[in-house]
Amino acid sequence: MSAIVIEGYYAGLKSKADHKLLPLKEKPVIWVGTATCGKAAGAIEVREAFKKEIKSRGLDAEVMEVGCMGHCYAEPLTVISKPGFPPLCYGHVDEGLVKRLVEDFLVNDDPCYEYAMVALEPNDIFPTLTDFPRGAYEEKIILEDCGFIDPEDIDHYIAREGYAALAKVLTMKPEEVLEEIKASNLRGRGGAGFPAGIKWEACRKSPGSEKYVIVNADEGDPGAFMDRSILESNPHLVIEGLIISAYTIGSSRGYFYVRSEYPQAIRRLETALEQAREKGLLGNSIMGSDFNFDIEIFRGSGAFVCGEGTALINSMEGKMGIPEHRPPRLAESGFRGKPTLLNNVKTFAYVPAIIRKGADWFKSTGTSKSPGTAVFSLVGKVGNSGLVEVPMGTTLRQLVYDVGEGIPGEKKFKAVQIGGPSGGCLPESALDVPIDFDSLHEAGAIMGSGGLVILDEDDCMVAIARYFLEFTQKESCGKCTFCRLGTKHMLDILTRITKGQEEDLASLDILRELAEDIEAGSLCNLGKTAPNPVLTTIRYFLDEYKEHIVNKRCPALMCTDLIAFYIAPEKCSKLCNACVGSCPTEAVYTREDGLKAINQDKCVKCNNCLKACPTEYSAVIKLSPPELVVEKEREQK
Amino acid sequence: MQGVTKRHYVIISKGDVFVLKPSENEKEIIIEHVAEILGGWRADRENLIPILQDVQDRLGYLPGVAMEKIATAMDIPAVDVFGLATFYNQFRLNPPGDHQFKVCMGTACYMVGGNIAMDSFKRRLSIGEGDTTPDRKFSLERVVCVGCCSIAPVVVVDDMIEGKVTPTRVDGILLAFEDKHQKKDDNKGNQGQEGV
Ligand SMILES: Cc1cc2nc3c(=O)[nH]c(=O)nc-3n(C[C@H](O)[C@H](O)[C@H](O)COP(=O)(O)O)c2cc1C
Ligand code: FES
Repeated sequence: MSAIVIEGYYAGLKSKADHKLLPLKEKPVIWVGTATCGKAAGAIEVREAFKKEIKSRGLDAEVMEVGCMGHCYAEPLTVISKPGFPPLCYGHVDEGLVKRLVEDFLVNDDPCYEYAMVALEPNDIFPTLTDFPRGAYEEKIILEDCGFIDPEDIDHYIAREGYAALAKVLTMKPEEVLEEIKASNLRGRGGAGFPAGIKWEACRKSPGSEKYVIVNADEGDPGAFMDRSILESNPHLVIEGLIISAYTIGSSRGYFYVRSEYPQAIRRLETALEQAREKGLLGNSIMGSDFNFDIEIFRGSGAFVCGEGTALINSMEGKMGIPEHRPPRLAESGFRGKPTLLNNVKTFAYVPAIIRKGADWFKSTGTSKSPGTAVFSLVGKVGNSGLVEVPMGTTLRQLVYDVGEGIPGEKKFKAVQIGGPSGGCLPESALDVPIDFDSLHEAGAIMGSGGLVILDEDDCMVAIARYFLEFTQKESCGKCTFCRLGTKHMLDILTRITKGQEEDLASLDILRELAEDIEAGSLCNLGKTAPNPVLTTIRYFLDEYKEHIVNKRCPALMCTDLIAFYIAPEKCSKLCNACVGSCPTEAVYTREDGLKAINQDKCVKCNNCLKACPTEYSAVIKLSPPELVVEKEREQK
Repeated sequence: MQGVTKRHYVIISKGDVFVLKPSENEKEIIIEHVAEILGGWRADRENLIPILQDVQDRLGYLPGVAMEKIATAMDIPAVDVFGLATFYNQFRLNPPGDHQFKVCMGTACYMVGGNIAMDSFKRRLSIGEGDTTPDRKFSLERVVCVGCCSIAPVVVVDDMIEGKVTPTRVDGILLAFEDKHQKKDDNKGNQGQEGV
């Protein structure tokens, strides 16, 4: 296709977008992060407050909505860019701060530095992201624009080089695009790390003219949300990647398989697809070329196993999402029996940058076997929770202590759970493992979906193993006997351990044996990897299991059946009633001598009184095993 | 077309399990809605899940009569439709309450007391997970990670996300609803009187 036509088409789009956004550079703009995390923290109220304040003062300023910047711990987040100042980011914004910012900054040129978190462009006045440990480690490829563009306006994306990669691709031969992707050694980010280029090549080589490309946005890991965040914050990035893949393998129809629990992501995707069609980036003769392609959204119905390729296809065909034997691979026979390319959201999201900047640029980040970056949702007992993107090869220690700023409140680090239900728990001693597909696998965990939960001394390893197993057990589709019954059996044992009903240490051997059988006897990776959380916790935290079984004690004081709440009389102030008032079951009462005590029969172990007791007393404590309470009470008498 | 009023149900009590069955009148309305939705789709197996999703979006759940009607229209065994509806977590077979509480049981929430929040709702509402109160005001469900892990444990109240939910907060949430219902009923009473 004539390159001039396509280049001309793109230049037209770009100059229109630049022109449209020009006024935004000349007046103050307030960016409010309204992804789900921001909304939950009150971003909508903040947005409205800004609008109201600006209107009532008759200011010429724009309030824009953006997606998630990844600093979820500081939501609601706002960025203010005012000509003459570096763009400044403010965290924990409330209506009071909105008033001040409008009054002091927009009207009077005082940026309220005491409230600012960080500046987003290099300047002489205020520190930027790279001045913080987190910024020093982070290197953003796919999250680069998240939180800095309006996801509901395609021109924002285009103004930031969006769809430039597509324009370039349309002037290349599909083989050339394929070579670039292969040369980049981009590995699939859906969990297994399979090289994308090899998959694309197989699809391209498969005979037939009807082929499909599908984005896997089923994101089943119960602790991960980065795929959703990308779709909510920068949907065009994934759309562009998908169009490029379609051009490469020769497909004219693509799908987003998005879980229906993500309504906002679906809405934003719909808007994005509509706008891409209007701009001639989807549909017939894209950008004036002879390439035709369009995209539909399929809403997944909430089954974890549907993230698995063959199950996903079954569910798109209106059947139960049950995995099938492979081969044939999807590349030979997938959706409607035709060659199908399935990649994760993030895998597609890397494609535009690789095309624009080249495979060598991509390989300059990360490790030789796992080039590029890794995206994690960092949650749990960590100072800076949120979405982070770091080069592959960064160690877990850097991720937890530098990027995440470590464990809050003098608590002791215990483990990271990485990779979700198929992953594992790694202890302190494994913190120097570099994050890449192969090293994590060796340590017993997997890269998986990128869920990363940080656990401290208050978290029980048996309980978390049980939690994940309960999840996979519920989500097992039931096709393979070992997965269906084996996980159930393992879950029963773990439940008994957490309740203090397991007497015999031999049960740990049974767990190990069952794990082996389930791994061998399951068709898909749901079953094959289900025992991982249990195996890694036994491997690294055997003592904790033993304590539960032998001493009926939960060292982390988490398993409710193995603990009791107790009010230490020497600490109780008598005068305050906080604990009594907080108890939802009236188990806490005032004794005749004025001290508070707990009626153990009524106590539901909800933790309320412990939280309610003022820190200067800290009289409520947890004891394990529960019998200790009886002993304490006896001592007292 | 008449909306589906939720109060038309007959409650059959089987021990402590409630099965909510639509009345005859309700059935007709359901079938009308389903027929309208079916009109927008080709009777192709591939469209079965989207059709079920549309029906649930409109009615709030998948009534048995709706599934039978869909099976006939698509010329497939009813058991295939039931099979799908029970396989996928998204579909509910009982009508939801006026207000829905979805307790997050994602990893981050679970570790800091998602189950405690869940237990509190169960205790206060006297229903189990996935159930609706007999007066159909509230229903209780679990979700996994809604993406707000930094304010765990999280409960989604209708469409609002509540963070750091303790048992006391659960009581607060329920109290706020009781107040609202109380006010609504009061208003109704007042209006009635004014009208006279
Ligand atoms: C039980 C199970 C659940 C999965 N869930 C997901 C998912 O939610 N998202 C995803 O991209 N891949 C998921 N996968 C991996 C997919 O099967 C597939 O490998 C992936 O989508 C391929 O894309 P990639 O090469 O870009 O990683 C899952 C696999 C299994 C076995
Ligand atoms: S685990 Fe509950 S919001 Fe993420």
